[in-house]
Amino acid sequence: MKLWKSWVIASKDFSVFRKKKSVIYSVILIPLLMSIFLPFIIGSAGMKGSGVTIAEFASLLNSFSFFFVILAASLTTVIASYSLIGEKIEKSIEPLLATPTTDKEILLGKSFAAFLPPILSIYIGLGIFMVLIDKMTYNTLGYFYYPNWNIAIIIVLVAPLASILSVELGVILSSRVNDVRAAQQLGQLIIIPFFGIYILGEIGYISLGINSMLVISAIMLVVDIFLFYISTITFRREEILTKWK
Amino acid sequence: MRVDEIMIDVENLSKKFGDVTAVDEVTFHVNEGEVFGFLGPNGAGKTTTVRMLSCLISKTSGDARIAGYDINNTDDSLKIRKLIGLVPDNVGLYEELSAYKNLDFYGKLYECNKIQREENIEHFLRMLGLWEKRDVAAGAFSKGMKQKIAIARALIHEPEILFLDEPTVNLDPESSKMVRDFIMELKKEKKTIFLNTHNLDEAQKICDKIGILNTKLMATGTPEELEGSVWGNKTVIQLEKVNDMILDELNKLSLKKIIYDNNKLTIDVVNPKKENPIIVAAIVRAGGQVQYVTELSPTLEDAYLKFVR
Repeated sequence: MKLWKSWVIASKDFSVFRKKKSVIYSVILIPLLMSIFLPFIIGSAGMKGSGVTIAEFASLLNSFSFFFVILAASLTTVIASYSLIGEKIEKSIEPLLATPTTDKEILLGKSFAAFLPPILSIYIGLGIFMVLIDKMTYNTLGYFYYPNWNIAIIIVLVAPLASILSVELGVILSSRVNDVRAAQQLGQLIIIPFFGIYILGEIGYISLGINSMLVISAIMLVVDIFLFYISTITFRREEILTKWK
Repeated sequence: MRVDEIMIDVENLSKKFGDVTAVDEVTFHVNEGEVFGFLGPNGAGKTTTVRMLSCLISKTSGDARIAGYDINNTDDSLKIRKLIGLVPDNVGLYEELSAYKNLDFYGKLYECNKIQREENIEHFLRMLGLWEKRDVAAGAFSKGMKQKIAIARALIHEPEILFLDEPTVNLDPESSKMVRDFIMELKKEKKTIFLNTHNLDEAQKICDKIGILNTKLMATGTPEELEGSVWGNKTVIQLEKVNDMILDELNKLSLKKIIYDNNKLTIDVVNPKKENPIIVAAIVRAGGQVQYVTELSPTLEDAYLKFVR
């Protein structure tokens, strides 16, 4: 397997994305807005002295940081749809498959293209979020809340695994859908379980602390491995040319 | 590589999709430097054959070798894809990227080094008259220009064999001519070309050898051989008046078949250059007055319709 070929494919996709304003706006603006909006809410709550305990405050911060996991899953779907269905719509998939490139190299290239821009954007957003939160909560808490182990697990495990989950779902969806918007809408269903986790955290049914994050990561890893197997079966030359709709 | 080496060797190749047979036991070969045309109606199996030979889809049965490599061998399939260039029926360019970037991307995937890429991109874009527009997004080009870029894309790595799947379909006459002229240039460079088409005129002008496909390979040969396979040559002679004396004189020549209608004789001949003067002399001897003599030859269209119907 020649990894550089996958990188060539991903780089080409980055060049295509740069020309699509809707992709740029979604990938850059949404995490940026979230990274400013969420600290603003927290800051307002803290400054008003609304009787929230430090434990409740920490729980709220953990829940809010989980928003970035939801974003990682959601934004990756946007990119994955363009990356794969875009090739289908423009009929550029056949000449690509005719090159001396293996199915795995193409799949990996497409995965890089769908994974890297959103995850980098999420990391930048999380960076801004952490700095602003620390700035706004230092007086209330008396210490810098970030960085901590909880956010480290989100950055290293939960967000990337959620993003990979979206990439694989995108590959599977691409074989059945012929329209970028339809793929994006179907792909957005992926955020339902993540949103469910967030709500359970908010209502106090589960804690979105370190242990929960590790359990969520372990479950996602298993699902990712299963979906990876399905996506490699789906992403085969003959399947793409003869069975993809 | 030796001249006349077989570059595409196909033996009883078949492809089934479920119960449907798309290509049925097709056998043919294409020599190096030859232009082979695959003629057939829509759904005849032309694209499926090209896809099998390009190692894009698997065969159901039979064998095929490209420059000696087996299409069914996984290791060979990458080597085959390196050796060939494919222009599919849809151009499939990246519309947001410039002509240059489209070609550069494929040059990289075909493992051309930077110098080779730069030289070949400039060579082909200049040859196609697009060098000045190299930085224009491919989406802004006309259909004919896009098709030319697609052909350049397939040639960027200097392949030994070029597969063209209906390269002039949906193009206006001027664009079709542009593409055809370009293929003729490649023919001069002795590229082995496999051309799928249902444009008979195009096949006749470009191809050295033609195969007529209708799921099964109905016939192969040079355009002349295929034309000749429909019927032999016919000589048409318009007389002022046909009478029994003329017919008696002609019957003495032991000709294969004579039809006359409205003072026009249509005579089957084997060797027109040798037989026509003898026929005309016999008519004149019998007192006939010849108004004109013309030759009636079967066309590739006659051959195509005979085999496809």
